[in-house]
Amino acid sequence: MSKLGNLGARLYRGEVGYDFVGKRKIWYGISILITITAFVALMVRGLHMGIEFEGGAVFNTPKTSVSAAKAEEIAEEASGHQAIAQRLGNDTLRIQISGVDTDKSDHIKSELAKELDVKADDINADLVGPSWGDQIANKAWQGLAIFMILVVIYLAIAFEWRMALAALIALIHDLTITVGVYALVGFEVTPGTVIGLLTILGYSLYDTVVVFDSLKEQSKDLAKQTRFTYSEVANRSINSTLVRSINTTVVALLPVAGLLFIGGGFLGAGMLNDISLSLFVGLAAGAYSSIFIATPLVADFKETDPQMKALKKRVLAKRRAAAAKGESEEAPAPAAEAGEDAEDTPAVVGPRSGPRAQPVRNRGRGRPSGKRR
Amino acid sequence: MAAPKKGRRQGTQGKPGRTLVFILIALVALTGGMFLSGHTTPRLGIDLAGGTSITLQAKNEPGQKNAINETNMNTAVDIINKRVNGLGVSEAEVQTQGSENIIVNIPKGTNAKQAREQVGTTAQLFFRPVIARQPSAPVDGGKDKGDKGDKDKKDKQGSSPTPGAGDKGTDKDGDKDGKGDKSKDESTSPSPTPTTQGRSVTDGLKDEPTPSGKSSDKPQDKKDETPKPDPTGDPSAKLQEQFAKLDCTDPKVRTKIKEGVKPSDPVVACGKDSDGNWNKFILGPSEVSGKEVDDAKAVFDTTGAAGWKVTMDFSKTGTKQFGEITGKLAGKQSPQNEFGIVMDGEVVSWPFVQQALTGGQAEISGSFDQDEAKDLANILSYGALPLTFKEQSVTTVSAALGGEQLHAGLIAGAIGLALVIIYLVAYYRGLALIAIASLGVSAALTYTIMTLLGPTIKFALNLPAVCGAIVAIGITADSFIVYFERIRDEIREGRTLRPAVERAWPRARRTILVSDFVSFLAAAVLFVVTVGKVQGFAFTLGLTTLLDVVVVFFFTKPLMTIMARKKFFAGGHKWSGLDPKRLGVTPPLRRARRASAPAAPVDPKEA
Repeated sequence: MSKLGNLGARLYRGEVGYDFVGKRKIWYGISILITITAFVALMVRGLHMGIEFEGGAVFNTPKTSVSAAKAEEIAEEASGHQAIAQRLGNDTLRIQISGVDTDKSDHIKSELAKELDVKADDINADLVGPSWGDQIANKAWQGLAIFMILVVIYLAIAFEWRMALAALIALIHDLTITVGVYALVGFEVTPGTVIGLLTILGYSLYDTVVVFDSLKEQSKDLAKQTRFTYSEVANRSINSTLVRSINTTVVALLPVAGLLFIGGGFLGAGMLNDISLSLFVGLAAGAYSSIFIATPLVADFKETDPQMKALKKRVLAKRRAAAAKGESEEAPAPAAEAGEDAEDTPAVVGPRSGPRAQPVRNRGRGRPSGKRR
Repeated sequence: MAAPKKGRRQGTQGKPGRTLVFILIALVALTGGMFLSGHTTPRLGIDLAGGTSITLQAKNEPGQKNAINETNMNTAVDIINKRVNGLGVSEAEVQTQGSENIIVNIPKGTNAKQAREQVGTTAQLFFRPVIARQPSAPVDGGKDKGDKGDKDKKDKQGSSPTPGAGDKGTDKDGDKDGKGDKSKDESTSPSPTPTTQGRSVTDGLKDEPTPSGKSSDKPQDKKDETPKPDPTGDPSAKLQEQFAKLDCTDPKVRTKIKEGVKPSDPVVACGKDSDGNWNKFILGPSEVSGKEVDDAKAVFDTTGAAGWKVTMDFSKTGTKQFGEITGKLAGKQSPQNEFGIVMDGEVVSWPFVQQALTGGQAEISGSFDQDEAKDLANILSYGALPLTFKEQSVTTVSAALGGEQLHAGLIAGAIGLALVIIYLVAYYRGLALIAIASLGVSAALTYTIMTLLGPTIKFALNLPAVCGAIVAIGITADSFIVYFERIRDEIREGRTLRPAVERAWPRARRTILVSDFVSFLAAAVLFVVTVGKVQGFAFTLGLTTLLDVVVVFFFTKPLMTIMARKKFFAGGHKWSGLDPKRLGVTPPLRRARRASAPAAPVDPKEA
């Protein structure tokens, strides 16, 4: 762990760092690709709305040795509709068929009874309407819209509008990816899914805000110096919170991974899988987007600001002057094992030691002595 | 969410012990309360624990041929859903079954009887002018049967109702403008009662206890009075005849006269006063319908005749209509200056009017107890069912998902939690102890509060909520991680532990508050706007977010402060997670006390 600790320290001081912001085109590209895939999946495959949204029929069979896959086949043949059969822990089957009407249900029941070798009377069939009526869905959309407006206002006040916008884009990005994965995997959308999505909504913003908070802190007196551009500072703030981001993501994902792989492994399909899949994908996307999407976006937005443009000019000019003097600003540093690819990258921000350990030159302000340069 | 503002560097350094004791006392109190209440596990939703299933069948009303259609059924589902799911946390489920049945599933531990009363009531409310009123005695002089057998709560509402007039304190939908509000600015508009002492009740409502049915204002001794034809609605001879024969003491008769009634026709109806005596009425066509009631509240009336009553706020249209009808009735002779508030075909009260009431409010008072008033208010707020329903069956249902899902979930959650602990210990060493203790406190608080909310607000936990709680672990842990990383950063600056702990706090605190506020905002908005399961989720999210803040502020921070004084941590033992060498500190500028081999016993490390 000491290696890690050391790495943390060097990340903190900005001795090492991975150029997240500089490579932003790659991340944007990856995200756009995934988002497009998600959209295509949605268009082509669509979402399977579960029985709670569409209504349909549920058949519960007594103990049987027939496999779930076989039962699914039988049910689909009998009904002509998509069926989902699940084997429950006690060897009974639960077969859900959406979009089945009454006269069909008896037929399906007898078919099932025949194939599963049980009495038709023992299969309990229930025809149900959606328990999640349109109203619940509409209200949920309404709530989402209101929340997004409020959160943008709040972030614009607490940080600035650029960050608010970037956070919103990251949020939409996370939700789209999660929904897209659902369409790809073909899981049914249940109330659990919706609740998973809403959890992601909170978490995605939460995570982004933590990174933004550090960015805000580090870019406080940006205009008063000529050493770094905004993008470089943004990158440094990502790097300095990187350890926290990785740890948090691991800690948040571990229990969910437990639910998804262990819980799902125990039981096959079920509510647990629904929820944990959406959570797993969403949390991972949320952690990714707060580092790779949201912060670079802020840097992009910010660099269009005339003040920041001027700063960039000044910084570059100063660096050129320094380079002309023959001072090399670049100090190659070992790459941080950050993100998924750890290639050798030059340090982004390259003072020879931590910013704080620098002799404080060119700064008379803030000294109690009031000493001028 | 507001943290007590403390001066920088002060933090809770002064008395961390006290804060710790405070939160532990709170925890003990909650646990004690939990055992005292006799509920030691949270209420589980239908998916996990099963419950009661009520099947309602829509009844075909004569004269409403095609009333039972999909639209009406769905409307009924929505309304019933709101009624049984008042706060959205009770996890009740409502769905249609077949073309004319509605299933209502209520989780175990809900008051099924109360729920049944709520779902079955149609709640059709009309305000009709009274054309004639008489005390109703059995026509054949028979026994007064049916009073005892009829447990319908509405029968208990004898009435000394008053339409309250006056300005509303809060105005939700623009009643402020419009014609019907001339009395807005009058702080005391005369109350519609003979004894006029306009008084303000809390919400700006004026009302007066009116004399009850026995008083001379509402003559009861006019048995021979034949109804006078009212210019507004001349009762037909048929109606007159029906009225003369009507025996309101017979429940069968009462049921019969409600059938096939149209709001646009004059009707005969029955109503009971607060003394339990039946009155019979001829009522004019409905002037205002219950659809125009925007909101209804159960209010405890501390003034006058103390007791529970239900106040109603009308919509814009309703306000106008109500102003008109009361204007028309004012100044007429008794009983034609009265209007009947008719609920599901029964007159629940018949206040009389002295002047036009334009404040957009009315109230129903009677001998309610708190639950009855609340139920009625709840039913009125959520509107009338478009159909009448008959309770077909009430059965218990077993868990929809079966215990294995919950078990698997809990096992998976426990494994996940163990992994989290292993990870934290590997990375944070000794600091992980603080994190684990905090997680423990957080979990204990969540569990006890959720358990206690079961009996108090019918909070029920469904499987998604369990998963949500497991995810909340990660979000809670994040707060510690933010704080620990800050402390380590401070140590990297070359500080010793105690100042590092104090300096790191304000910065970590801000991050924690800002990010938690975002989560809390999501929870609050969703809770206010949505219904059903989404609302239940929002509640859980809000609760866990608040607890996260509470635990970090009142447990983690003070504990950290105390631990910082311990040699094991302050000395930067290599197992403490705060070893400056491990953190890669360049030799500090100041002297850092580094005990190379502390005599302090190394705490046992168990994952």
